[in-house]
Amino acid sequence: MSLMSLTAVALGKKIKAGEVSVTEAVQAALDAAAAKEEKVNGFVTVDGERALERAEKVQEGIRKGVYDSPLAGVPVAVKDNMCTRGLLTTCSSKILGNFVPTYTAEAVANLERAGAVVMGKTNMDEFAMGSTTETSAYGATRNPWNGEHVPGGSSGGSCAAVAAEECSYALGSDTGGSIRQPSSFCGVTGLKPTYGTVSRYGLIAYGSSLDQIGPVAKDVTDCATILEAIASHDAKDSTSVERKDYDFAAALSEDVRGMKIGIPRDYLGEGLDGEVRDSIMAAAKVLEEKGALVEEFDLSLVEYAIPAYYVIACAEASSNLARFDGVKYGYRTTDYEGLHNMYKKSRSEGFGPEAKRRIMLGSFVLSSGYYDAYYLKALRTKALIKQAFDKAFSQYDLILGPAAPTTAPRLGESLSDPIKMYLGDIYTVSVNLAGLPGISLPCGLDSKGLPIGLQLIGDCFQEKKIIRAAYAFEQTREYQHSPLA
Amino acid sequence: MANIISDETIEYVGILAKLELDGQEKEQAKKDMGEMLDYIDQLNELDTSGVEPMSHVFPVNNVFREDEVTNGDGRDATLENAPERKEDAFVVPKTI
Repeated sequence: MSLMSLTAVALGKKIKAGEVSVTEAVQAALDAAAAKEEKVNGFVTVDGERALERAEKVQEGIRKGVYDSPLAGVPVAVKDNMCTRGLLTTCSSKILGNFVPTYTAEAVANLERAGAVVMGKTNMDEFAMGSTTETSAYGATRNPWNGEHVPGGSSGGSCAAVAAEECSYALGSDTGGSIRQPSSFCGVTGLKPTYGTVSRYGLIAYGSSLDQIGPVAKDVTDCATILEAIASHDAKDSTSVERKDYDFAAALSEDVRGMKIGIPRDYLGEGLDGEVRDSIMAAAKVLEEKGALVEEFDLSLVEYAIPAYYVIACAEASSNLARFDGVKYGYRTTDYEGLHNMYKKSRSEGFGPEAKRRIMLGSFVLSSGYYDAYYLKALRTKALIKQAFDKAFSQYDLILGPAAPTTAPRLGESLSDPIKMYLGDIYTVSVNLAGLPGISLPCGLDSKGLPIGLQLIGDCFQEKKIIRAAYAFEQTREYQHSPLA
Repeated sequence: MANIISDETIEYVGILAKLELDGQEKEQAKKDMGEMLDYIDQLNELDTSGVEPMSHVFPVNNVFREDEVTNGDGRDATLENAPERKEDAFVVPKTI
């Protein structure tokens, strides 16, 4: 059996037991990436030399007892919007095409303290803006289940690399569904933690009030273990939350007896593919058979989450991306006349169409005369959406639904109609607006052989409930490896 | 209600966003923004009077710390990122 078909925790056990060396594990990942990248394009950068050097150090650390985490020595791929010292970090944009950070994002540093080996940086939608990983300046990533289809986005590279078994696990980030939707499309498990659980220090910001880093892996056990390693209270991120519990792996139990699970009727209506619906309802039935109480309810306001999200995310993006001006780092145009011309030309040449579209919309909704009508209106809508979730969680432990209305669309189908692409975010964005944790895990394949993802949403800080129910469901089925695995 | 984005508006947004669009990009941007605003106008169906705008889900407070250096001398590392270097300084185009 290939080392790459193991879960991260299973590989970590073999490394700990001395059955596999760290170098062997890392080399297996590098070989897999070398063989499959032509078909997947899940990475922007693979740095084998750096990874193999690090592997030796980690092996030494394991021997000396410095690293005793379950993830010590396991190769990880990191989304290219997290800063990694000395390793190119592009955000899949031309404007950061030459950016080599001088510091490491806290989430990645936490993993490294656990003995992880970063093998490379994964492809994404430019600045995490997109749902297909087609807006990358470094070419689209392809879905390992079918190369004619997208992997989803924006963490499409991370999810495709996990599904194709080019890495043992990956980090992604989720602003409006960017971990959960591509996890669903690629048949892997991805967890978006409660806002503030994982430090955003060193995560290149898109929508700061919504962004959250999380794990992408083969199963729930891996996700819980990785989350335990990356979560921390960090003084360098003023929105970082000090939690009472960080022992997420302790929640890996099959017991869902008495757990109350609500399925929003609003998630099952128009726009939801029939096969996805059937698969989700079958998953709900499984949890019911295991003792959970499952019922449908009306969540309300679901259709307003997308417009509110795009106003808020674009407003924050327009402000966050103002820093890319071509002066001190990043892309600078070659010919210009004067300062403002240099700013404008550097940005216009450096950003792709989707980033420009969102920067302009964000600049508009924040501009004088429109701020109240658009930006504040969206923030008021967000407050109502939060209230709707509060009400739901006063009755239910978890909300269950699809991660996306369809399985992965074909390459090139989505970008021509942005609004249609944005509508694909309907089941994920409200979770970010309300700061909630959510997971997507595989629950079946459609008739085209493409994966379907089950989403479980918890109240703030209730990751353990999500992990418990997801784990219980997962025990009833076998992990299906993608054809490229 | 359809939002029509005028040439003046898209010009103004270009100034705010520090983006320079050519003729074709400008027409596309007018169309895209108009369509997005039509879509966003759905929010007007909601009565939000008396609802406080929510910028953060959790209460966000200023985080204070003592003004002590904890990250050491990062001068050389920082200078590695300079587009051009002159001794211990970044060389960049004049910005003032």
